[in-house]
Amino acid sequence: MSAFLSRREMLKRAAAAGAATAVPHSALAQGLSDADAAEPFENLTSLHARILEAVVARLIPSDENGPGAPEAGAARFIDRALGGVFADLQSLYAAGLDALDAHARNTAGQPFAELDEDQQDAVLVDLERNAADGFTPDAASFLDVVLQHTVQGTFSDPHYGGNRDFIGWEMLGYPGLRLAVGPDEQAMDAGSQTTRLSAYDLPMFDSPDGEGDSP
Amino acid sequence: MTVTLAATDVAVIGLGGVGGVAVLPLAEAGMDVVGLEAGTWLSPSDFAPDELRNNYRGWPQAAQKANREIPVHRPNASAPDSPRGSVHPMMNGVGGTTLHYWAQSWRLNPWDFRVVSETTRRYGAGRIPAGSTVEDWPFGLEELEPWYDLVEREVGVSGQAGNVNGTIDARGNIFEGPRAREYPMPPLRGTEFTELMAGAARRLGWNPFPGPAAINSETYDNRSPCLYHGFCSRGGCHVEAKNSTAVSTIPKASATGNLRIETEAHVTGIAVDGEGRASAVEYLNDGETYIQPARVVLIAGYTYENVRLLLLSTSGAFPNGLSNNAGQVGRHYMTHNQRAGVLALFPHELNRWYGLPAQGIAIDDWADDNFDHSDLDFIGGGNLWIYSDQRPIEAASMNTFGRAPRWGSQWKAFVMQNAGRWANSYLQKTTLPYEDNYLDLHSTITDPLGLPVCRVTADYKDHDRRLASYIQDRMEAWFREAGAIETVRQPIGSMVVSTHAYGGTRMGDDPETNVVDRYGFSHEVPNLGVLGASVMGTSGARNPTLTAQALAWRTAEHLVANWSTIGG
Ligand SMILES: Cc1cc2nc3c(=O)[nH]c(=O)nc-3n(C[C@H](O)[C@H](O)[C@H](O)COP(=O)(O)OP(=O)(O)OC[C@H]3O[C@@H](n4cnc5c(N)ncnc54)[C@H](O)[C@@H]3O)c2cc1C
Ligand code: SF4
Repeated sequence: MSAFLSRREMLKRAAAAGAATAVPHSALAQGLSDADAAEPFENLTSLHARILEAVVARLIPSDENGPGAPEAGAARFIDRALGGVFADLQSLYAAGLDALDAHARNTAGQPFAELDEDQQDAVLVDLERNAADGFTPDAASFLDVVLQHTVQGTFSDPHYGGNRDFIGWEMLGYPGLRLAVGPDEQAMDAGSQTTRLSAYDLPMFDSPDGEGDSP
Repeated sequence: MTVTLAATDVAVIGLGGVGGVAVLPLAEAGMDVVGLEAGTWLSPSDFAPDELRNNYRGWPQAAQKANREIPVHRPNASAPDSPRGSVHPMMNGVGGTTLHYWAQSWRLNPWDFRVVSETTRRYGAGRIPAGSTVEDWPFGLEELEPWYDLVEREVGVSGQAGNVNGTIDARGNIFEGPRAREYPMPPLRGTEFTELMAGAARRLGWNPFPGPAAINSETYDNRSPCLYHGFCSRGGCHVEAKNSTAVSTIPKASATGNLRIETEAHVTGIAVDGEGRASAVEYLNDGETYIQPARVVLIAGYTYENVRLLLLSTSGAFPNGLSNNAGQVGRHYMTHNQRAGVLALFPHELNRWYGLPAQGIAIDDWADDNFDHSDLDFIGGGNLWIYSDQRPIEAASMNTFGRAPRWGSQWKAFVMQNAGRWANSYLQKTTLPYEDNYLDLHSTITDPLGLPVCRVTADYKDHDRRLASYIQDRMEAWFREAGAIETVRQPIGSMVVSTHAYGGTRMGDDPETNVVDRYGFSHEVPNLGVLGASVMGTSGARNPTLTAQALAWRTAEHLVANWSTIGG
């Protein structure tokens, strides 16, 4: 647990370092991290959760350009999906995160979550280049899966637990859901005001929870 | 327990893009029609602007039939199976895949009906690629024109005509064949980005025009105009501006009182009588088996299922599958050479965040035989399409054009700058049928009912690759002319499971090389019709649905006119 917290502290410090441009973001990061620490993960073990949080923090980092996957809640998005639409990926995640941590220990002598950022990146680059053993089918495919899900967890509708506070959409400059879009809002430099809406804030749409959504 | 139902005149298997059209002329003619649909009705409240659900999670549907029988692909007969997809692109629901399709609603061009004779006339027979089984259609565009016209009106298509009775209008597609009249609705509006691209095309001497779409550009049949809000690249339309058959032809057919719709009816086979005529359709609903006797059966379950149902329906008269005594079921399969696209990066915002895939600009100058192929090493061509539609997960997954890694701080900085500055293109290219591209049943993989899934054995040929590369050159030139600072060519891939799957039950006069006759009825089973792009013998360079719908309407009308011989 102490490693977990110190990692979080580091993230906060990293965010605070960009304070000149990102004061609101760093404040936000701090608030969300505190909330995170309170809620347990639902499907991942605390060890796996710690590794995954550290991985998503390198994939879409919180940095001088603002918050990233940690503040968006990407790891929690994945955790939640592992209890539903990703249920058949549970063992893939468990085995992959174990193999990733083993590779970190073998190459850098420490669990992944305790490495510094450069060391963590080096581990992820090894996975990307398939220069790490113990993965099924291979390290690069595992990294691809985690990367795709981290992107989904950062940029999907906040309904699913990620993209908290519309962090992802703001990162992209996406002005948000609108139900009617006029010609001016399709101009190249429209610069439309951001709406900050989930589809399910709109009462006309049924929530997708429940049966029938997963193939 | 098996329940045998009262006989009906016509049983239609699948109420999607084509079954949903065919039921209208049948019901209007007073026939007793039963529509057996594996899916359920969906309502506007199911069509949330939710990218995760629509584009990544197999989208809302109560019946997960397609996803449980995803065809298995292999590039050729000696290759292992390719990794199997996890989401079937097609939909189970009343309206079928037209609920969530892009709704581009093209007519084929005249050349597409006459590939063999036109190629032979202009360049010599030697230009038909070796191994291709392509034939001319049994008729030309002029034969299908009245049905195109009907469907454009009954379903509702917006667009700009380019050739009304031979009078060319440069605002539309100057290469299209003659049409009897204008579209029933003006085209969808353009955007500043699509105008930028149109201007660049004109500078290149090309002829840009807004594409036709089954999307309302104005109020139509009391349904709303499009609000351009997006999220319908694989999503339904909550204001019914997208003219799926669920909001257009099916309700009109129901209103006659002659169409009975059975939802969650999963058809597993077609029975034949002692004379080798189709006699009944067998389906499952909630664990119960039903037999629906019918005087005529129309199959409309989309290409893979059309072929599979025929092959699964074996009998003494048809030991190798229904209507397959000539061994043609599953042959002449092709998909659109849809991949091999081009991506572009611009030095300024494009704002493709809103709009829809059908809101775009087409170039037909490089399609079909619209340009001279004398000195080229392929026949056919491609339709170039750019459009305004982009969603956040898609944007964050953008190609980094070699300027940034795939993740990390540098990636993040790149995406923050460029998420709104890139564009893709949709390049649909002619594909030809070949001897060794075909569909059959998989030898070991089954659906949860234990029935073998469809197996796709198909790959692009060198001919298709040369054509793709030529079209990508044109697309790169177009983007560069519009100011793109980077372009990337996407790979062609293999001929995997597709949203545009053609052939398998090809239409033609020769029963030795075709499953159905020129009206869509089986050469071997006179009261069995097949609807869908599975009857099409060429792909053209544009989406199939309007053509498949026009053919379906024509098949239904032929049935009405010849009821005593076909249904008797
Ligand atoms: C994302 C996407 C975008 C597309 N965009 C375009 C476009 O812009 N323009 C275009 O022309 N085409 C487009 N297409 C293709 C278009 O959707 C198809 O051409 C069209 O829907 C085919 O009509 P169909 O009736 O043959 O099949 P479908 O519309 O798929 O309908 C088949 C129906 O049969 C039912 N069914 C299947 N098997 C059985 C069974 N055994 N028993 C009972 N019912 C059964 C299914 O549930 C389904 O409702 C797109 C497709 C996708 C996926
Ligand atoms: S963009 Fe148009 S067609 Fe698409 S969902 Fe919105 S209103 Fe419907």
